Amino acid sequence: MIKQGFRPNRRQIVQGIAASAAAATLGLPFRAFAQEAIKVAAVYTVPTEQQWVSRIHLAAMAAMERGEIEYVFSENVSNSDYERVMREYCETGNQLILGEVFGVEQAARQVAADYPDVSFLMGSSLKEDPAVPNFAPFDNYIQDASYLTGLIAGAMSETGNIGMVGGYPIPEVNRLMHAFMAGARETRPDVTFQVAFIGSWFDPPKAKETAFAQIDAGADVLYAERFGVSDAAQERNILAIGNVIDTQEDYPETVVASALWHFEPTLAKAIEEVRAGTFTAADYGVYSFMKEGGCTLAPLGTFEDKVPDEIKALVAEREAAIKDGSYTVEINDEEPISG
Amino acid sequence: MDAFEILFTASFWVAAIRIASPLIFATMGELICERAGVLNLGIEGIMVAGAFAGWVTVYAGGDLWMGVAIAALAGAMFGLLHGTLTVPLGLSQHVVGIGITLLATSLTYFTYRVVLPQVSSPPRIEPFRNWAVPYLSDIPILGPALFNQTPLTYLAFVTVAVVAWVLYRTPLGLAVRAAGENPAAVEAQGMSVTAIRMGAVMVGSALMAVGGAFLTMSAFNSFFFEMVNGRGWICIALVVFGSWRPGKALLGAILFAAFDAYQVRLQQITGGVVPYQIFLMMPYVLSILALVVMARRATYPKALMIPYQKGER
Repeated sequence: MIKQGFRPNRRQIVQGIAASAAAATLGLPFRAFAQEAIKVAAVYTVPTEQQWVSRIHLAAMAAMERGEIEYVFSENVSNSDYERVMREYCETGNQLILGEVFGVEQAARQVAADYPDVSFLMGSSLKEDPAVPNFAPFDNYIQDASYLTGLIAGAMSETGNIGMVGGYPIPEVNRLMHAFMAGARETRPDVTFQVAFIGSWFDPPKAKETAFAQIDAGADVLYAERFGVSDAAQERNILAIGNVIDTQEDYPETVVASALWHFEPTLAKAIEEVRAGTFTAADYGVYSFMKEGGCTLAPLGTFEDKVPDEIKALVAEREAAIKDGSYTVEINDEEPISG
Repeated sequence: MDAFEILFTASFWVAAIRIASPLIFATMGELICERAGVLNLGIEGIMVAGAFAGWVTVYAGGDLWMGVAIAALAGAMFGLLHGTLTVPLGLSQHVVGIGITLLATSLTYFTYRVVLPQVSSPPRIEPFRNWAVPYLSDIPILGPALFNQTPLTYLAFVTVAVVAWVLYRTPLGLAVRAAGENPAAVEAQGMSVTAIRMGAVMVGSALMAVGGAFLTMSAFNSFFFEMVNGRGWICIALVVFGSWRPGKALLGAILFAAFDAYQVRLQQITGGVVPYQIFLMMPYVLSILALVVMARRATYPKALMIPYQKGER
């Protein structure tokens, strides 16, 4: 509905100028041993607060501070505007376009085909296509970390009933839910799951109501895919598992563990390829895997002493096995069902 | 738990009333506007503005009730703009309404970014807490549903009573209704149709904004863009469902909310046999069916959406 971010707003322009100024002043000694910062533009369909986008934004901001990139972005761009904003950034000389094309898969690939000299690194449900060699998909393939949180959740549940509230059953949501469920089944073989989708990415009151319904139906651990679920858990004093970001600081008594996504390895790989002039259509999803440092289990923090030692040992063992490649978490993009 | 038993659990009715609360405020707001002859499609955006204004007031250190007042004020300001364009200037109410919705949502987002330029997740406030009415909240099922809610929910019910009383029992209410039925008659009584309609749109918009504020200050504790998520449009339908009568509109809001609370519970017990979209659709489909039954003989305000030009014949 909302047409925001037709062009970089003032703050972004100021940031851009600041970045250029920094690059200019640092330029002489800097350029002697580092290459010029590449120009990166990001187009997000949601505000940068959204969990998924916040991880990309964070990595890009860090890269900008290190002087590796110049970074501008537009947030809250509606899907109907997405293609136009992409083209605008291509026209203004950006070398790498970041974003998420879950709602505009075809249109975004068309833009990439029209600008063969620009590299595109886009969140996408589809795989790379050799016909569009400058378009590489990524996604938060953090199933490794989700699986580890599942191990903990299964052990911490007393009723053996786990509630899961998601936005929409798209692959990135489904695969994390499945990995989590696989983990929980391992430590609690008789576990049952309640799975619900609220048909919106941003409706915390609705997510909270749905979570309440699951608690009423016996859930004592919630998988918090959406904002609002952890709040329901806190209000009823049951446990919650975080996803993508670490929210334990806000819910110290109820959020046990979180699967964190780190976009840094994905971005670093893309920057390296763009610099070398070898950027090509490849699956960047793999850089979200645990062995690439793309995801981690958040520190247990307040639950360090509450999670049983044998579970912590199991988690550590599996984590090591995932990292050395001797254990692989299954990737299942099917819609999860209750039961 | 089977599908039927859910209807006899207290938690189901508690959820239904909680979901209904923002709808009740906004529906009353829309109803006032329409009874005075102005369709206010700015409702969705005004709810967003109210949700933000109330929340940001509390975030900036204000009292919760101060937040409600600021939200109402923000709503009234958008009402003033809507009224100015549609009442004295007589512009298309559809176009102005949609325009107000786009303006209010975008302006809210702009303000949000100015106030909070760099945050990872939106800050949270201490929202309204449940306040149990002594004795009454001990009644089985109905007690917790009606008498163990936040003060804003009680205010929603009080609002319905006040709106009904003012509309049907006071000269002011008569004037508002007349402005929506036969504005020339209002003018003949020496009253200003413009003033009455402007006032109705401003008060109505203030109520819509309070409905939005319920989401950030009672149902939840922080502001998210797009969190109003179509609730405003539902309220437009609820006014029609209620045949432009406050009591019936209240029932409609509770009915819709009950369908919604029911579907999230039903989703849990069917074990994934039925696609979840069917459940999400359910409140809307049932509301359309109810609308067909209820609204067939509804008489809408005769001067609804007809601008009044003084002296025109």
